[in-house]
Amino acid sequence: MSAPATAAAPALGATGAVRTPRRRRPKPARSPWLHVAMIPVTLLWLSPIVFVLFVATRSYDDIAGRGLGALPASFSLDGFATALTEGGVLQALGNSVIVTAWAVVASLALSSVAAYALSRFAVPGRRTILLTMLAGNLLPPQILLVPVASITEAIGIADTRTALVVVQVGFGIGFYTFVLHGFMRSLPTEVFEAARLDGAGPGGIFWRIVLPLSRPSLAALAALATTWIFNDLIWAMTVLRTESKFPLPPALLNLQGGYASAWNVVAAGSLMAAVPTAIVFFMFQKQFVSGLLVGANK
Amino acid sequence: MTTETRRRSRLARVPLLVWVFLLVPFVVELFWVFWPAANSFSLALTRWDGIGLAEPVGLQNFRDLAADPIFLTALRNNVVWVLGFGGLSVVGGLVLAVTLNKPGPLVGLYRSAIYLPMVVSLAVSGLFWRVMYAPDGPINGTLGLLGLESLERQWLADPDVALWAVLIAAVWRQVGYIMVLYLAGLKGTDPTLEEAAAVDGAGAWQRFWRIVMPQLRGVSTVVFAVTVIDSLRTFDIVWAMTRGGPYNETQLLSTYMFQQAFTTGNLGYASAIAVVIFALAIGFIITYLARQARTED
Repeated sequence: MSAPATAAAPALGATGAVRTPRRRRPKPARSPWLHVAMIPVTLLWLSPIVFVLFVATRSYDDIAGRGLGALPASFSLDGFATALTEGGVLQALGNSVIVTAWAVVASLALSSVAAYALSRFAVPGRRTILLTMLAGNLLPPQILLVPVASITEAIGIADTRTALVVVQVGFGIGFYTFVLHGFMRSLPTEVFEAARLDGAGPGGIFWRIVLPLSRPSLAALAALATTWIFNDLIWAMTVLRTESKFPLPPALLNLQGGYASAWNVVAAGSLMAAVPTAIVFFMFQKQFVSGLLVGANK
Repeated sequence: MTTETRRRSRLARVPLLVWVFLLVPFVVELFWVFWPAANSFSLALTRWDGIGLAEPVGLQNFRDLAADPIFLTALRNNVVWVLGFGGLSVVGGLVLAVTLNKPGPLVGLYRSAIYLPMVVSLAVSGLFWRVMYAPDGPINGTLGLLGLESLERQWLADPDVALWAVLIAAVWRQVGYIMVLYLAGLKGTDPTLEEAAAVDGAGAWQRFWRIVMPQLRGVSTVVFAVTVIDSLRTFDIVWAMTRGGPYNETQLLSTYMFQQAFTTGNLGYASAIAVVIFALAIGFIITYLARQARTED
């Protein structure tokens, strides 16, 4: 969420879930007008990314001499080198990876046990509990920032990456639990009864049956959570003070302040910050899209 | 009622371990979300610098807000943001979804290009667009090439256009998300209805509004609620591009709140702004929850 755009998220399995039996395939695009309209739109859409790529690979002198808007007349990776070392992008990348990995694993672990409890057992008031947990994730983060900052101080974890992980987990689990609950509820009852007859306890059933069967929705949520947590700015700025602990988004804003005229450094840093989430996106494109669709299916 | 009892009887009674499974995550969320949220409400009634004791001032913070020109600018900007950012990304996303709801290799390429910006964080999108909007950057350069020098300006430093400049950058990133939601919605519509209407002589425009849109009502509700909730919490991209400047002209409620809390150190006053954001968002949060609750049935 970018905030975690969190909210943004709506129920798994929506992709292609609905098929009318006599459905005909939509007509293939034969009219040239589609392409006449879409090729410029696509180029326009990609232009900021392409342009930043140009700027990142130009030399400082080229940019200073011919202006930022000029087409590249030089090729140099100095921007990347400076951003990584002096600019602190490498260190920030390390922080981001650590925080994201711990936060994603912890969030999914906690929310999958909660979703299991709520979906397979007669917990009194479980619907209310579930919706309350989801509601927590929809709150505007602004209403939490000041008290969260004081809580981290009160319990002695202010300005630590641990605090950032814990806060991300606390804020995210409501949504992940809701999505996993929807999925686990749809698992066939027979599997559970068979396991119970074989003498498996609730813990064993969770570990040996529910978790493996939930792999698709866990993958979708992991892809989403990774991008949200990796891209987060506001929680990092709330919890952390020391620059050497900053993950990428706040570190890049500092970089932008420190290298205000060295556009190639800023552009190179921004591009490198986008690479890890782009990799997650292209590796898990299907899961990612189905994750985004959570809840929009009806 | 029968299905409900049957479902209930199929659920096992709750063993101790399962209570632990449920309560640990629930308590974590209670401690890190609901308790802080409740604290914000009580802090909003105090004056507090974060060091000494919070001094209770009743509703004074809210009275001060009503007379605070920056807060009023931020509130107005947030309305512009909800309508402009929400409107442009929903209309753009819907138009693109309808246009690209066909098979074809090029169409897949177009779709990927439109939602590629979603992988870039809002903060990084902001930095990308700072490059685009730089005084000697590509936008002014292109205007110059087209002979439109009169339109060139310092996009992010000009109070008249800065908010819209930031808004365009945010829309660039959001449209793909809305498009994906509507594409999924369109997959669920029944093409035979549209064909029947076409046979009856309905035009394309009429078919879209009378046949397709009603079938997308569910998606539209989600899109609407999500867009408004997102608009009210927008922070990163504005912070990355302008920090609320120039002269607070691009301040949104969230950025002003953050500035009051962590730059100026008026924690009570900042909490009051947070309460206003909450009050504006709660209706839409309930809309979204109500829809999700219905899906749960």
